[in-house]
Amino acid sequence: MEAAAAVAAAHRREWAFVLAATVRVTRDLDIAEECVQDAYERALRSWERAGVPERPGAWLTTVARRRALDLRRRDATFTRSLALLVEPPFADEDPQDVPDDRLRLIFTCCHPALDPSAQIALTLRLVCGLRTSEVARAFLVSEPAMAARLTRAKKKIAAARIPYRVPSAEELPERVAAVLTTVHLVFTTGHTAPAGGQLVREDLIEHAIDLARMLHALLPADREVAGLLSLMLLTNARSPARTTPDGELVLLADQDRSRWDRDAIAEGLALLPVPPAGRFALMAAIAAAHSGAPSFEDTPWPAIVALYEALECAWPSPVVALNRAAAVGFAHGPQAGLAALDALDAEPALATYGYLAAARADFLSRLGRAGEARAAYEEALLLTENAVERDFLERRLAAL
Amino acid sequence: MSQYLVLIYDNEAAWANAPEGTAQRIMAGHQQFGAANGGSIQGGNALQPTGTATSIRHDSSGEVTVTDGPFAETKEALGGYYLIETADLDAAIAVAKQIPVVAGGVEVRPIMVFD
Repeated sequence: MEAAAAVAAAHRREWAFVLAATVRVTRDLDIAEECVQDAYERALRSWERAGVPERPGAWLTTVARRRALDLRRRDATFTRSLALLVEPPFADEDPQDVPDDRLRLIFTCCHPALDPSAQIALTLRLVCGLRTSEVARAFLVSEPAMAARLTRAKKKIAAARIPYRVPSAEELPERVAAVLTTVHLVFTTGHTAPAGGQLVREDLIEHAIDLARMLHALLPADREVAGLLSLMLLTNARSPARTTPDGELVLLADQDRSRWDRDAIAEGLALLPVPPAGRFALMAAIAAAHSGAPSFEDTPWPAIVALYEALECAWPSPVVALNRAAAVGFAHGPQAGLAALDALDAEPALATYGYLAAARADFLSRLGRAGEARAAYEEALLLTENAVERDFLERRLAAL
Repeated sequence: MSQYLVLIYDNEAAWANAPEGTAQRIMAGHQQFGAANGGSIQGGNALQPTGTATSIRHDSSGEVTVTDGPFAETKEALGGYYLIETADLDAAIAVAKQIPVVAGGVEVRPIMVFD
């Protein structure tokens, strides 16, 4: 394999492992980042000359940790002058036999004492290895603003002494949930970009799925981890049918199901926890119910309504209530759906949520109440910023 | 080990209107908290209500104004604090979670170390 391609592959697959192992030596996230960046640059030169090593990750780890040890020796005061990460004392290990610290790294990045937007930014920068400019682009902020956000978060980790460790068994479920929420947010940000002309950001979806695969490999018994990976695979499997070649949004009802990615669906179904209990496992079960239906008409709507009801108990949220109401409309007719939506009118969190108005508009138009449907589509348009979604709503409005 | 100041913010109106026995319950809660976390607690105090507070502000021209009231008017006012010492933030949060409040919460702030 060509050296540049091997470095790119090692960047995607090994970055988190190399960085997490280097943090053991530096006990400082910034310095570890620098050493790892440096190791990847050396790899490009060295692998071109001497060929790609058998274990690229081990090679990169050795080089990054050696650089960290050099820095530490050169500046003996450095360990005293910095607020170091809190962690259990480590023996100086053989660099060939580095323990897997990726869980420590991701739990530190997704610590609940950090702002949620900082958790995502840190995860993309430190665990996925995105450059600051790439993280900035993912969230549509300027590079200096993102650099400041990352610096602030890293300062808090050091100053407040957020520990670099895997939480105790007692705290673990709650902390895993925080990590999964972050990974899911990376996915949903990619699946429907909050603004701009592109509906889907493939790069973010890939990073989210890679993160979930990594977590599943490290926590194989966790059913919510398996549930999230299953959910993302099943949802993303529909993406080839979700837009037309011109980039127009296609509703689930109108999608060409032969274009769904059957391999991804099979992988998602195999991961699905049975019976589904937690938030992500239930969401995955709903996605699975859609995946198995040969056509929109054959969707098992009553089962989906029941899954949404279970999801509302496991993870109450106005958006889940809205989805349940929409499913009621498909299970029991637009009149019943409209009644279920009306019950959500008082929900303040949905007042500015375009999907509520869009769902109402759809039921009204199916009932032949075109005037009210028009008003509801217009309301949905006022609340929607994504250009592809706006275009879709405008087409529905014109078709009334 | 690191030191943290745990600031207790509570709703003064909720305190004033609380049913009988609330003050005793909270006080007992603090005693229980102290007994359970004696190893971590370095100090602490309850504060008089914000009606007794005086704020002193310095503007950019060096002018000093003294006003009646707390520095920031908020629904939940600073009502007391503990100084605690723990291994890390997770341990500090575990201690701080046990502090009883009527209708508020606590803020955990690491103490700055100068060397």
